[in-house]
Amino acid sequence: MTTYLLRRFALGLCVLIVSMLLLFVLIYAVPGDPAAIALGPRASEAQKAFFREQMGLDQPLAMQAASFLWNLLHGDFGTDILSQRPVADLVFAALPRTVTLAVVGVIWAAAIGTPLGIWAALRPNTFIDWLIGVISTSVVALPAFLMAIYALILFAVMLNWFPAIGAGEPGDLLDQLHHLALPAFAIGVAWVGYIARLVRVSMLETLAQPHVRTYRSFGVSDLRIALRYVLPIAVVPVISVLGVGIGNLLSGAVLVEVVFSRPGLGSLAYDAVLSRNFPVLLGAVVVTTGLYVLANFLADALIAYLDPRLAEKG
Amino acid sequence: MSAPVLALDNVSIRYPSAPAAAVRNVSFEVGTGETLGIVGESGSGKSTLAAAMMGLLPRGSCVTGSLRFEGRDLFGQMTERDLRQLRGRDIATIAQDPFTALNPVMKIGRQLDIFQHWYHDRPRAERKARILEMLEQVRLSDPDVRMQQYPHQLSGGILQRVSIAAALLAEPKLLIADEPTTALDATTEAQILGIMAEAKETLRGATVFITHDMSVVERLCDRIAVLYAGELVETGTVAEVLGNPQHPYTKALLECDPARIEEPTSELPTIGGTVPALDDRPAGCIFEPRCPSAVARCRAEAPLRHDLGPRRSAACHLVTP
Ligand SMILES: Nc1ncnc2c1ncn2[C@@H]1O[C@H](COP(=O)(O)OP(=O)(O)OP(=O)(O)O)[C@@H](O)[C@H]1O
Ligand code: SF4
Ligand SMILES: [Mg+2]
Repeated sequence: MTTYLLRRFALGLCVLIVSMLLLFVLIYAVPGDPAAIALGPRASEAQKAFFREQMGLDQPLAMQAASFLWNLLHGDFGTDILSQRPVADLVFAALPRTVTLAVVGVIWAAAIGTPLGIWAALRPNTFIDWLIGVISTSVVALPAFLMAIYALILFAVMLNWFPAIGAGEPGDLLDQLHHLALPAFAIGVAWVGYIARLVRVSMLETLAQPHVRTYRSFGVSDLRIALRYVLPIAVVPVISVLGVGIGNLLSGAVLVEVVFSRPGLGSLAYDAVLSRNFPVLLGAVVVTTGLYVLANFLADALIAYLDPRLAEKG
Repeated sequence: MSAPVLALDNVSIRYPSAPAAAVRNVSFEVGTGETLGIVGESGSGKSTLAAAMMGLLPRGSCVTGSLRFEGRDLFGQMTERDLRQLRGRDIATIAQDPFTALNPVMKIGRQLDIFQHWYHDRPRAERKARILEMLEQVRLSDPDVRMQQYPHQLSGGILQRVSIAAALLAEPKLLIADEPTTALDATTEAQILGIMAEAKETLRGATVFITHDMSVVERLCDRIAVLYAGELVETGTVAEVLGNPQHPYTKALLECDPARIEEPTSELPTIGGTVPALDDRPAGCIFEPRCPSAVARCRAEAPLRHDLGPRRSAACHLVTP
């Protein structure tokens, strides 16, 4: 178990480093002169040259990448070109909001999707199974930003039930929750369908395993078998799929944050793209990638706990 | 004999959407303290009968005739819930494949405790003591260690001992073992049969032992029911049927039993031909296409069951009381 987790952890680190380098190269390959953008159109050539030297932009790309990684290791994410504030400050201020949004989005989706999937699996090929199938398939294709726009128009603008923009007053938990509701709803809708379908298939597969019959032959009730003994096995593949899907969820969060003008990694990255503020963009993406790797590791750990066979295989 | 624990009377079973019944007009009884061996080739309906005795046929199966456990008709008077209350308490089973019969992600000890769920009014410590006692009875080494292990860490022989212990913990009045040794190698099989023989002695009720091996029947059973293509062709005590088989199919099975062949040959004799498919049953005697003694009448007319004594019968035109 411990070796399994260590191996998974090492794998996560490798993924992180490789994706950092890729990102770095991709972002700096984008056309446009960061010095010109940062200093404005009236800056002289000399000022721009000084700026490039200061930011290390005159170094070869490999050197830049190496020092970027090295600095990251020390918690130095670079400096915001526009405000001259450390990127780390901006990014870590935005991080908790995005994590909250993503986690609440997934949790409510799982809380609705899982029971729907179980229900459908317990009544396969009946009307209720069909109905749940239709609903979940039709919401799966809905993009989060589209849901965000519709939710915004309907619940915030027309009905005025929820605030339309921002993340709420700092320190006022109720106000923050009130602001969280619509974005979290928008992010989770597609996931309700996705999770319901995954859970249904996985439950049906597990219910067909011979050991389930053993419980029945000892007179354990069908509902108890499904919830207590089949579900913990059936969620294993669902969790690994979800771990990978966190990437999608985070990119959904980016757009949803933009729609709701909600401070977070998404809006940070979005604004940074518009202003070619590379250090901030890179910082936001680095942290998002870190979140992704962490989510995968947590999924692996949960799976290892639920299925001891996997952990032994390594 | 007192009232039988299990009595089947003209039982026919048809699976949902199957072209024909998998079991037809089967009747037999098993009394307290008796062990009935059910034998027959693959597809003869042995597992179907076992499922029916547990009330575990697939939803939508059609059962006719009566199948009584302690006088109560499992399919006439009992609800799903009543049936469930019998399982794991009055009726217990040992599965064929020990490798898949247990939950792969749960420790053995916890599973054995769950199987005792009808006895959960007993204190936890007492339940654990019973488990340990039972694991010792099935001659499991280090029962304490085994309880902390997962199924994939154990061998087939050990897993099957665990399954036997699980069934015995239920203190059943009817124990059903469906080919409990076919998934095991010969040495392990011999050990498991020994444990089964001992286990039977501790039971207060009846045992049904399903197998295709005549020598196992001889070793473990008091009575025998020979099934062919879903029909009961011969039944009686093991001594009568094996000592003086009446039905041509029983005779053929005995001739093919390796344990009875005196001179070892490189090739085992087999019964020529195959069991007819469900939707391709002959009109007359069901064994006619393969029967070495078939006469003209056999093709046209299905034989009735002829009683050859108390609880002894055979279904063949050539058999006369
Ligand atoms: N769930 C099912 N649905 C439909 N038909 C079935 C089902 N289970 C078994 N059958 C059919 O019923 C017949 C009897 O099968 P059964 O499993 O009872 O035989 P068996 O004697 O136990 O054979 P084996 O020695 O291979 O275990 C076979 O023709 C089989 O194809
Ligand atoms: S009735 Fe005829 S075919 Fe059938 S077993 Fe007897 S002899 Fe053979
Ligand atoms: Mg079978």
